[in-house]
Amino acid sequence: MELTTFWFILLAVLWTGYFFLEGFDFGVGMLLHPLGRTETERRVLVNTIGPVWDGNEVWLLTAGGATFAAFPNWYATLFSGFYLALFLILVALILRGVAFEYRGKVDSDRWRSRWDLAIAFGSWVPAVLWGVAFANIVAGVPIDAQGDFTGTLLTLLNPFGLLGGVVTASLFLLHGLHFVALKTEGEIRHRARALAVRVAPVAIGAGGAFLIWNQVARGAAWTWVPVLVAAGALVGSFAATRAERDGWAFALTGLAIAAAVASLFGGLFPDVMPSTTDPAFSLTVHNASSTPYTLRIMTWVAAIMTPVVLAYQAWSYWVFRKRIGTHHIPAVHVPGPA
Amino acid sequence: MNVVTLSRWQFGITTVYHFLMVPLTIGLSLVVAWFQTRWYRTGDEAYLRLTKFFGKLFLINFAMGVVTGIVQEFQFGMNWATYSRFVGDVFGAPLAMEALVAFFLESTFLGLWIFGWDRLSPRLHLATIWAAAIGTTLSAYFIVAANSWMQHPVGVRFNPTTGRAELTSIGAVLTNPTTLAAYPHVIAGALMTAAVFVGGVSAYLLSRAEGAHPADAPALHRAVRVSIALTFVAGVAIAVSGHFQTRLMFEQQPMKMAAAEALCDTETGPGLSLFAIGNVGAECDVRSFVIPKALSLLATDRTDATIPGVKDLNAQYQEQFGPGDYRPNLVIAYWGFRAMILFGAVASFGAVVAWWLTRKGRHLPRARWVRITSIAVIATPFLANTFGWVFTEMGRQPWVVAPNPQGLPEVRLFTADAASGAVSSGMVLTTLLGFTAIYGALMVVELLLLRRYITAGPEAVMPHEPEPSDHPRPEGPGDDGTASTTDDREADVLAFAY
Ligand code: HDD
Ligand code: HEM
Ligand code: HEM
Repeated sequence: MELTTFWFILLAVLWTGYFFLEGFDFGVGMLLHPLGRTETERRVLVNTIGPVWDGNEVWLLTAGGATFAAFPNWYATLFSGFYLALFLILVALILRGVAFEYRGKVDSDRWRSRWDLAIAFGSWVPAVLWGVAFANIVAGVPIDAQGDFTGTLLTLLNPFGLLGGVVTASLFLLHGLHFVALKTEGEIRHRARALAVRVAPVAIGAGGAFLIWNQVARGAAWTWVPVLVAAGALVGSFAATRAERDGWAFALTGLAIAAAVASLFGGLFPDVMPSTTDPAFSLTVHNASSTPYTLRIMTWVAAIMTPVVLAYQAWSYWVFRKRIGTHHIPAVHVPGPA
Repeated sequence: MNVVTLSRWQFGITTVYHFLMVPLTIGLSLVVAWFQTRWYRTGDEAYLRLTKFFGKLFLINFAMGVVTGIVQEFQFGMNWATYSRFVGDVFGAPLAMEALVAFFLESTFLGLWIFGWDRLSPRLHLATIWAAAIGTTLSAYFIVAANSWMQHPVGVRFNPTTGRAELTSIGAVLTNPTTLAAYPHVIAGALMTAAVFVGGVSAYLLSRAEGAHPADAPALHRAVRVSIALTFVAGVAIAVSGHFQTRLMFEQQPMKMAAAEALCDTETGPGLSLFAIGNVGAECDVRSFVIPKALSLLATDRTDATIPGVKDLNAQYQEQFGPGDYRPNLVIAYWGFRAMILFGAVASFGAVVAWWLTRKGRHLPRARWVRITSIAVIATPFLANTFGWVFTEMGRQPWVVAPNPQGLPEVRLFTADAASGAVSSGMVLTTLLGFTAIYGALMVVELLLLRRYITAGPEAVMPHEPEPSDHPRPEGPGDDGTASTTDDREADVLAFAY
């Protein structure tokens, strides 16, 4: 296999890892209010992802860094082109990260409810915008001969892009609900299951429409396979929730995310960012990539480090495998009055 | 203002801000890991207090380091797309390695440390903080290597067909002499930052009118001693590494060297100017208090070296690279360099004073001036770090990738040519104002939180337990719930959970 193809696949894997992992912690953040009716319940929710959210976010940094290293032209065009959308995502990620760390640090309802808003905002915005961004990447955007994006923020808000936003938001929401059902006990768990049954049809409908639209427009023959896998996994996760098999439900939404990324990247290849201005200006794995030497170095680094990272991240999930319930949350204890 | 100017402001603001958190994170992670090691080895509760107290302050700071770092990772593509295309083949590699090798390590193990107090054996728990500390320290290596490459490109060739720099040796990039000199300097700067922070906070608590909480005092005294020793060690390491940096700068970026000394004309055996009276940017010969031969010695270890001046270098560059102004901002280069050294010196002087006040087991006086000085001195290493970077980065201008004078003159890029073609000045202004506003607000929040936790002291994070416990492991669940009571001991662990 050519190294450029290998790196294209590896990037799909990194984005899959990111959407799988941060997908559920976006979901938990989006659900803070609907599922957490009391302060203690909200703390249960935040603590389900407490030990892992930062590690999950590093998948994004790695995807970004790997794009820069393997396909610098893609990195440059994408990040400068989707400028304001990325700015919004960054603002959201800033507020969200700080909110997790700071919300419990002052014993005041006002303080906590503000940070809770930041968590909700910081989770909803990227959950929608990543979908908009990826829909536009695969569908193509106006790119000129210099490789520069010539549209505006509004260019991205086309029907296909917006549908993409609905897909990621509903998928992450569902993935998060399954995660909560898997990681908590008592009232919250029941609420999560009940809500999952209501969100699933939206995710199935939007996801199915989006993937089929994409498949018909630009899919390869083989990408029907991931499309069908994604659809099957979503339906299966719905059945699993009804059967109260939380582990299966979670694994299946995860599979749906992976299959959806596979079908999008599969349809995209060998382009990485098609130009709607002139196909000749499209960025491809060939004209956007680094030199073979750099790709070879990075292949070694990835081959050695990825298994190590996966091993210790898996171990950390194992360490924190227990379910959490409200009775586990001790009284608030932070210094001094305000 | 045009896109380039706005992008520069944005990069400067966001990066300087990020680097306010970074040195404290690097230094404090190592210091906290050391406290916890001492506790593990000796079972002495004072060290556990220090671990938890400074661990808490560390986490408050760490959160901001993380979220501002994400912006850095994206910024090259967003604002400097032309730059990213030009250098991507070389520059992306250390960035990706940083994420794969360092950020995963640090974030995953820090999560395990925060939530793992009751979940892991004491030994394993200790290992997690070390893994996180090693992760932060490693991350600095890769990013400094990336930055050093812009100061002094190595391991590349210029490909005229694609018009970009292509990597020929990753080994050369990762062992760039510029990196090997800058990395110890940055790490030592980080250690000094953390040392002064730990010492300043402890001295403040000890010198309060009411004194420190009786349960905390022994721990805080110990922290002050650790801080003094570490400040001295770091100070020496900074001076030594700084000396090597100066020598390299003389060879690699003579213009920056000349600017740093406001050396207008080429001189043989020049002295080192302590400060200047007058505007170093506008006229020459305002250098004052010149130590004879010292610059020559610092730059080359000889007294009779010829150091090229700004004017000659400018003429030489014009001949080599075409018409233009190749002088960096002389005022900033000259004064930035001095401010860095001055603030580091003030920090070291603070450590000397603290050492004098606490000599032979004396207690710090509970005096107002001690309290105020203790808090004020904390700021000095931060200022030194900031001025260091401002000097390094602005002294490199007008280049974003400065040509390597020892070969490779084709691998070079002007900052003015590096910005993104796809963004308008309105867009950059939007994000510039947006980031600045959010960062400003978050700075206030962080400082208020730090103040709150500092003034509460270790006692608040780890309440004194009346019955002495002989087994060194803290008890009680954080977030899991193997126990469900809410007695005081749980608060220890909870203090770390969300
Ligand atoms: C606590 C912080 C601190 C202190 C006390 C000092 N520095 Fe520093 N200095 C930095 C923190 C720093 C820094 C932020 O870490 C920089 C910016 C980039 C770098 O590599 O280190 C820096 C850059 C920097 C450079 C520029 C390197 C280049 O442009 O490539 C030189 C020559 C020195 N330093 C030399 C010194 C000397 C001779 C010092 C005093 C003895 C000194 N520094 C104290
Ligand atoms: C964290 C410590 C750092 C600080 C405080 C810092 C500070 C600055 C400042 C103040 C500028 C603006 C200079 C000017 O506009 O004249 C700048 C520019 C720049 N720096 Fe750094 N920098 C740091 C680290 C880095 C690193 C690690 C890299 C690369 C890996 C880097 C890459 C750049 C680039 C690309 C610019 C271009 C914009 C410009 O030249 O104005 N910087 N930096
Ligand atoms: C401008 C170039 C820089 C980039 C692209 C960058 C990137 C990042 C990123 C993405 C994070 C967040 C990691 C996380 O979420 O866990 C981060 C944090 C951090 N960076 Fe930077 N950084 C830059 C400058 C620096 C410099 C110059 C140093 C050290 C000398 C440094 C050391 C650290 C450390 C210690 C943290 C602490 C928080 C953490 O890593 O999570 N960074 N940086």
